[in-house]
Amino acid sequence: MPVDILMPALSPTMEEGVLAKWLVKVGDEIKSGDVIAEIETDKATMEVEAVDEGEVLEILVPEGTSGVKINTVIARISGDDASPAKPAPAAPQVASAPAAEAAKPAAAPQPVAVAKTDAGERIFASPLARRIAAQNNVDLKTIKGTGPNGRIVRVDVEGVKGGAAAPATAAVTPAAPVATQAAKAPSTIAATGYKEGNYDVIPLDGMRRTIAKRLTDSFRDVPHFPLNVDIELDKLLELRKQLNSQNENAKISVNDMIIKATALACKKVPEANASYTDEGILIHHHADVAVAVAIDGGLITPVVREAENKGLLTISEEVKTLADKAKNRKLMPEEYSAGTISVSNLGMFGIKSFGSIINEPQGCILSVGAGEQRPVVKDGALAIATVMSVTLTCDHRVVDGAVGAKWLKAFKRLLEEPLSMLL
Amino acid sequence: MSENFDIAVIGGGPGGYVAAIRAAQLGFKVAVVEREHMGGICLNWGCIPTKALLASADVYSKIKHAQNYGISVSGATYDLAKIVERSRGVAKQMASGIGFLMKKNKVTVYDATAKLVKGTDAPKVIATAKDGKTTEIVAKHVILATGARARVIPQAGLEPDGKFIWTYKEALVPDTMPKRLLVIGSGAIGIEFASFFNALGSEVTVVEAVDKIMPVEDKEISDFAQKQFIKRGMKIMTSASVKSVKKNANDITAIVESGGKTQEITADRIILAIGIVGNVENLGLEELGVTVDRTHIVTDGMGTTNVKGLYAIGDIAGAPWLAHKASHEGIICVEKIAGKKVHPINPRQIPGCTYATPQVASIGLTEAKAKELGYEIKVGRFPFVGNGKAVALGEAEGMMKTIFDAKTGEMLGAHMVGAEVTEMIQGYAVGMGLETTEHELMETVFPHPTLSEMMHEAVLDAYGRAIHI
Repeated sequence: MPVDILMPALSPTMEEGVLAKWLVKVGDEIKSGDVIAEIETDKATMEVEAVDEGEVLEILVPEGTSGVKINTVIARISGDDASPAKPAPAAPQVASAPAAEAAKPAAAPQPVAVAKTDAGERIFASPLARRIAAQNNVDLKTIKGTGPNGRIVRVDVEGVKGGAAAPATAAVTPAAPVATQAAKAPSTIAATGYKEGNYDVIPLDGMRRTIAKRLTDSFRDVPHFPLNVDIELDKLLELRKQLNSQNENAKISVNDMIIKATALACKKVPEANASYTDEGILIHHHADVAVAVAIDGGLITPVVREAENKGLLTISEEVKTLADKAKNRKLMPEEYSAGTISVSNLGMFGIKSFGSIINEPQGCILSVGAGEQRPVVKDGALAIATVMSVTLTCDHRVVDGAVGAKWLKAFKRLLEEPLSMLL
Repeated sequence: MSENFDIAVIGGGPGGYVAAIRAAQLGFKVAVVEREHMGGICLNWGCIPTKALLASADVYSKIKHAQNYGISVSGATYDLAKIVERSRGVAKQMASGIGFLMKKNKVTVYDATAKLVKGTDAPKVIATAKDGKTTEIVAKHVILATGARARVIPQAGLEPDGKFIWTYKEALVPDTMPKRLLVIGSGAIGIEFASFFNALGSEVTVVEAVDKIMPVEDKEISDFAQKQFIKRGMKIMTSASVKSVKKNANDITAIVESGGKTQEITADRIILAIGIVGNVENLGLEELGVTVDRTHIVTDGMGTTNVKGLYAIGDIAGAPWLAHKASHEGIICVEKIAGKKVHPINPRQIPGCTYATPQVASIGLTEAKAKELGYEIKVGRFPFVGNGKAVALGEAEGMMKTIFDAKTGEMLGAHMVGAEVTEMIQGYAVGMGLETTEHELMETVFPHPTLSEMMHEAVLDAYGRAIHI
């Protein structure tokens, strides 16, 4: 009984991936648990394990293929002849236990309104379109809507599931939707007007596509606003010096202290540690601080969990480990998903101040500029202080101006009076 | 004299004037050629003046039944001339409003009769004013919105004769209150006039050729309405047709055939409401080669005809003959010309309203049609007597009915008969437009106490969940 091996969903946000490498070839005998392929997702490279035994009969997607949609049949194995026919082909599982959870192909949508994808990206579809999609196991994510503002309507779903739909369909011309789809297709290189030969083309990998999509969605859909504040760092730098002089093995960075202060500020002003959903605002119990890490070909935000409960040394070590894994694209989904607030630091590049784009569904992102000596006025006299400018970008749906300001005030006090972090 | 425009609209009714305003909004230079009066039949001789008449009839009925509400009124009478005067006043007021809208939107209006001749981008429009002065209107796009008029059958003597036989036009300005009235045809127009004259005391007989009154409505609703009309004193003959008429000195006799038998019905007046025909004559359509099918111009549902630059909307472009369908088609047509993304009206999403007593309103498929199309359906019903507001208003007679596709939960149709249903059908129209299933309607919170709660109950009932029955 041949068994299909499907492209697995290795992370909640994964829609497609690159089949980076096959580790088996046609004719190989494989058994459950064997690593058979490497798949590059939007975030990381992962190994795919076989769940069935048998001979590899066919490899349907050659290695190096990008844009392989989840649940595409990528290979076929002979299966175990003794076992009864499987009602549904099993998807391969990834190696680690927690990730296996995410590797299951997305369950068929529930009949009633699946308002969001796992990643929280809302799909606009009519109730009837949703139900017909659910009844026919059509994934709405794969459909382009032709209704108002790209909403998925009945005809779009029926177009996908193909053929006999309702006994009599509405009088809607098929020509119009097709033309619209063409018009809305992603912009082409030709359309840019740049002369061929004057540029190199870098193909979009999973990460780049995800960055493009998520940040475009966020910038367009989230009503965001920035709040700026200057923070004097002299006391903090002094404390850091003391701490590091007493610890030979690890060096605590200013960034580690910023992460800690971010988490503590979230405890002081929990209403800023929040996420917007259409069903209600989530006020998070813990400050899971996502730290932006620049890597080759993009960036990723691994998460320091419950940073409010962790000491500076622990935070420092954790950030180092996560950053290394990120650079090697070895982060597991649970290591980079579901942060509650983000920190992005470009101080090391000398950037004075900047504003980041909200990392949905998080309510705030903190942008940290360089600490530098600046003239300040103290008690009516000019003085020199080490000052850093930070910007908190807030999702106004959850964090109003006063709340953001309150958070920044708490954050500023923690850094300017760093001993209070130890309380 | 020759004038240039982007868009020329022939006909200033609810299709034409709405198309003109939308075109002006989109930045086009627009002309409207109207031979009679802006607002068309709808405003001047249709929808609006009949609603004014029916409002008078309603007040009169209410006063007659005031004792049901604990109020004593004696000696209530009416003055037909004043009722008509009020109706004309309403029509005039609304029509002058259209004139204002044309000015506001800088639409040039020609009080003239139009004829089309061959042109380059589109046919040219020759507008001839009443004084014989002609203007050649050269437009890039020409939209025909000339509407329709009452169908007559001269062979059977069924045409207005200046005395006994009326169409809607004569019936709107009656010279007398007919003691006995025969209404031929029981569509919206026939039934509304029947209801009006019945309320004011005429002995009304309605003759309908098919086996139920208001043929486009759901059978259950038609039957319900028929019982109500009979209760109010109307005589109704279905599966009956008028073969000929015989004019007497002071009245008129119709020979009505029904079930193989003929009978004579003598009346003081006859109202012809046997459908409409499109105004396709004398427009030069034949010379241009425009495809016309039984007095209606063939279009693609978005106004496009087989002739370059020529469009048709509203009654002249086919059924259903409703003002709101004409207006919507006008907008679609103009937006298509402007290059916007449009699609034809889904005929299942055009509501229809009849303002008799009781009112009838519906949208989508009837139960019979849904079955005929092969749907497996769920049907919900709710009676007015189960609704507190209806009983409090003294309007406990009526019902609502919903039809869902059992497989997908798609709302296929909704049908209502009773007080104020014409104001409620839009709720289902919005739902169907948004592609609702039963679920969203069930989850909607309807305000209490309102008649609209019955809309909720009728949905719940389709799934065996109605609360108040």
